[in-house]
Amino acid sequence: MAVVSNTSSTVMNNVEAVRATLYEAMRNDDRTVILGEDVGARGNVFLITKDFIKEFGPERVIDTPIAEASIVGIAVGMAMEGLRPIAEIQFADFIYPSFNQIVGEAAKTRYRSNGEYTCPLVIRAPYGGGVRGALSHSVSVEALFYHVPGLKIVAPSFPADVKGLLNAAIDDPDPVLFLEHKKTYRLIKGEVPDGHYTIPLGKANVLKEGTQLTAVSYGLYVHWALEAAAQLQESGLSVEVIDLRSIRPMDKTTILRSVEKTRKLLIIHEDNKFGGVGAEISAMVAEEALFHLDAPIRRLAGPDVPPMGYALPLEEEFMSSPAEMAQAMRELVEF
Amino acid sequence: MSTDTKAGTLERHGLNDDQLRAMLRNMLLQRQLDNRGFQLNRQGKVPFALGSEGHEALQAGAAMAFDRGKDILAPYYRDLGLCLGIGLTPYEIMLSIFARESDHNGGRQFPNHYSSKAIGLMSFSSVLAAHLPHAVGAAYAIAYREQAGRAVLATCGDGTTSEGEWHESMNFAAIHKLPFVMLVENNEWAISTPLSRQMAQPEIWKRAAGYGMPGRRFNGFDPIETYAAVKEAMDRARSGGGPSLIEGICYRYLAHSTDDNDLTYRTREEVLERRKQDPVPAFEAVLVEHGVMTPQEVDAMRKDVLRETNEATDAAEAQPYPKPADLYTNLYEGAWQPWQS
Repeated sequence: MAVVSNTSSTVMNNVEAVRATLYEAMRNDDRTVILGEDVGARGNVFLITKDFIKEFGPERVIDTPIAEASIVGIAVGMAMEGLRPIAEIQFADFIYPSFNQIVGEAAKTRYRSNGEYTCPLVIRAPYGGGVRGALSHSVSVEALFYHVPGLKIVAPSFPADVKGLLNAAIDDPDPVLFLEHKKTYRLIKGEVPDGHYTIPLGKANVLKEGTQLTAVSYGLYVHWALEAAAQLQESGLSVEVIDLRSIRPMDKTTILRSVEKTRKLLIIHEDNKFGGVGAEISAMVAEEALFHLDAPIRRLAGPDVPPMGYALPLEEEFMSSPAEMAQAMRELVEF
Repeated sequence: MSTDTKAGTLERHGLNDDQLRAMLRNMLLQRQLDNRGFQLNRQGKVPFALGSEGHEALQAGAAMAFDRGKDILAPYYRDLGLCLGIGLTPYEIMLSIFARESDHNGGRQFPNHYSSKAIGLMSFSSVLAAHLPHAVGAAYAIAYREQAGRAVLATCGDGTTSEGEWHESMNFAAIHKLPFVMLVENNEWAISTPLSRQMAQPEIWKRAAGYGMPGRRFNGFDPIETYAAVKEAMDRARSGGGPSLIEGICYRYLAHSTDDNDLTYRTREEVLERRKQDPVPAFEAVLVEHGVMTPQEVDAMRKDVLRETNEATDAAEAQPYPKPADLYTNLYEGAWQPWQS
């Protein structure tokens, strides 16, 4: 954590952490506006902006038409003209209509104007499965965007990180895609330091130190990986668990330092395996640390089907589990 | 021209002689710069050029209704004359054509994709209608800050009105009564696709009623009528009256670009027939007929425009290309790697 202005803290879940951080941003800077579907009177479908409209007014808490391309596009124009918009895509699954505005416009605004125009924009999107969300309320979208120069992508797992990283994203002079795993929204609680602080984008967090295997993950699966690592610890096996927190930029130093110590790498993510974030991490480690490895790199990631069938057995088949992660860890430690 | 009244006096809509001459000069400059871009392409000096021939009057008139230093322009790629009219110089146009280091975007963008924050000219891509939500967002910023007397002028061609983001932008601007003017430059062609394959109902301005905003169609071959239509809409927007949809009728005399052969989809005869409407000689004749300029003055203006174009061409061509290392700057604020170490 970069700057913690005081040592007191409050226990909150991830929804409350997003809400408290947005509230603070709205209070501190009247250039900040929130726009998205149902963010006003309804207070967002997860109640993240509940009552914001009463305090900040409909000019700053904007219920948009159902039109994702222009939610992002209008935010881009606001940002180009000096506001600090926070755009919300109600579910990450609905982000596709705005793909060009994110990839072709927001990510290129500074570059294509050679710095004359900038796009300080945060796009928040609840993502991820395990919530009976079926095929259009379950997806992970990070791999579709992390290929794109000009974007930054954050996917925090803990309430304290939500606050620090969201503050950093709001302060950032460039567009940031801020991904919030829906299943962690109310499931995950934690101490959140009071007062304003930021966590730099691009810094991973070593959540548990270990010596025999490095497990890299982000989002919901970080919590399950920790659970799995704790199970293995009981059998005397030592797994280091890294929470990436930022997908782009990604923290090479922390990953390499860990892999060079443990000599084995397991990458765990919910998003589809093929072309996923794990592929880039694997390639980077193969390029930079191959001769430190004592086992092939292994990826435990989503199967090659759309995420994810609605019926419980289909959803469970798509999702991994702490038990499956523990088994993968054990196999790799014993390789 | 429709500006001629029965009595033979010119309906000026408040424009003085200097403004009328400035509009003609803009039109002549557009024609000359367009021509120069195609020449440079055929000489093998530049890989690409794109012209606005047929749009000159529309753009000269619209630019005259733009309040420099206050308004914002969100143009598309066929807006040479509008960009000249709000303050971009021929030299800057040529820097764009030659993709030089000192071009506003450092030679990164296609020609005609101008931007200049200093004069309120928003940066845009080639993805049609993608700039319209930006224009609406900028208009929202103006309204949010309660900056009376400012408005956003956004433009597009007829083909762009088929895009979803065109609708989304109009809808949002109308809901919030934003200081926003949607100016459609209807030249009847979207590369090779005629208006009839773009929409069943060809009067674009009539869609305004569906959004609950004023709409108007005007003769875009007439710069004075254009000025009046754009000014009316911009004045309404600047004074809190909300957005408008205005449609100017013009024609695209050239192929879509230097990479297009328009004879694959339309005949030379059709283009020659429409050339009879050419707004440039028509407006010259109007100004001479009404004593605003003598034929000699018009001739001198043509020569001066050619001189300025030549000087701008030579000066821009002499400028250096961007350096290879310039590929890597201004992606994010500060130095950058996707892998953080």
